[in-house]
Amino acid sequence: MSENDTLSVDIWRGGEDGSFQTFHVPQRDHQTILDVVTYVQKKLDPALAYRFACRVGMCGSCAMTVNGEPRWTCRTHVSRVARDGKLTIAPLRNMPVIRDLVTDMTPFFEKWRRATGSFVPSATRHDPMASVDPASAERTAADEGIECINCGICYAACDVVAWNLDYLGPAALNRAWTLVNDERDADRTGHLRAVAGDAGCHACHTHQSCSTYCPKALNPTAAIAGLKRRTVEAALKGGL
Amino acid sequence: MKPPVATRGHPAYWAFVLHRISGVGLAVFLPLHFYVLAMAVDEAARLDRFLAWTENPLVKLAEAGLVILLAAHLAGGLRLLAVEFLPWRDRQKDYIALGGGFAVVAGLFFLLGAF
Amino acid sequence: MTRRLELWLFILQRGSAMVLAPLVLAHLVTIVIAIRGGLSADEILSRTQGSVGWMLFYGMFVLAAAIHAPIGVRTVVREMTAWRGRSLDVAALLFGVVLLWLGFHAVGAVT
Repeated sequence: MSENDTLSVDIWRGGEDGSFQTFHVPQRDHQTILDVVTYVQKKLDPALAYRFACRVGMCGSCAMTVNGEPRWTCRTHVSRVARDGKLTIAPLRNMPVIRDLVTDMTPFFEKWRRATGSFVPSATRHDPMASVDPASAERTAADEGIECINCGICYAACDVVAWNLDYLGPAALNRAWTLVNDERDADRTGHLRAVAGDAGCHACHTHQSCSTYCPKALNPTAAIAGLKRRTVEAALKGGL
Repeated sequence: MKPPVATRGHPAYWAFVLHRISGVGLAVFLPLHFYVLAMAVDEAARLDRFLAWTENPLVKLAEAGLVILLAAHLAGGLRLLAVEFLPWRDRQKDYIALGGGFAVVAGLFFLLGAF
Repeated sequence: MTRRLELWLFILQRGSAMVLAPLVLAHLVTIVIAIRGGLSADEILSRTQGSVGWMLFYGMFVLAAAIHAPIGVRTVVREMTAWRGRSLDVAALLFGVVLLWLGFHAVGAVT
């Protein structure tokens, strides 16, 4: 591409009932979507609201909807997603829009809490260090889910979240799955109880949109399937 | 206005759509199916008149559609049971394609017998 | 309460699916064979009447389908319409009862 090429970028402006505004941004080599948004704010409209922090795919704060698909914008190259020099950038789906590209992620983290996403210690600092076999089936299952950066992309990609406002969503359920598999956790049945039912893992329809879009290549669909299995086992044994 | 959504164009989502359409279709068909079969004893003549009507090629085609729906719901359901109750496998796309193929083959077998 | 209901509906739906899978497969094979040369009331009855095996087969089929279908339809309605709550649960239950009644009537008629 030449330096003279210009991108036509539609960016969402306003709140829930906002609309798209078109900007023209010079196209550069190795340019990311976040670079485009930053250019617009620095050079064209300082009022544009968006969120980012680390710029290197660690913090999970810059996720947006690019051409209808949720993406981490700091690690998404324009050359991979622009079609005929056009881009559409909108806030993440399934969360209230505050303004422009910024969503209110409160419900996302609130559901994390409702899924009991926090570790319940079974020992104190005075006990010896727990020894966990890294090759055990449970630890392997937990390891597969622990790289989540809470970017909200899976939550925005999920249609079940859109259809069922109470649904905990892939990220919170994936987190619960890592704790259910953590032998040091003191309340694994409590985690299972929190994710059972219509707001939890049993609402999942295996669309696999979460796994398809997860930038960290995690597989929440598999985690949720694991929760379905464990909750059914627990219920059949009368323990749920 | 609403921002566009483009997250539904992948095989597992198509599998879901097919499973939902076939499920609802079969649920609607089921009461009719039972109702017609219940005629067999008391109203055999009426059942035979109905079965004669089903010889119509268009009805046969519609029946082939039902066979495909049933086979698709079976194959899709088996895949979901495997996802939910067996260890995860990465080759979901292959299983989805296999299920679709099974449904089409079932429909073709039906048509071969019907005509 | 809701959590338990939904969890048990899930178990019932997946459990009935496991029962249905081999039955549906056998049903598909039966359809493809029976359709050859056309269908008549006589032909259906000559295959099924007086057979305990077919009676058990279709009886189980009806029971499993009458559990499986209403739970699935209830989920679809909850996700795609605004209808939910007790009235929907009752309607789904009624759908199941109707399926059972019609289904056992049909099984009784052909076996």
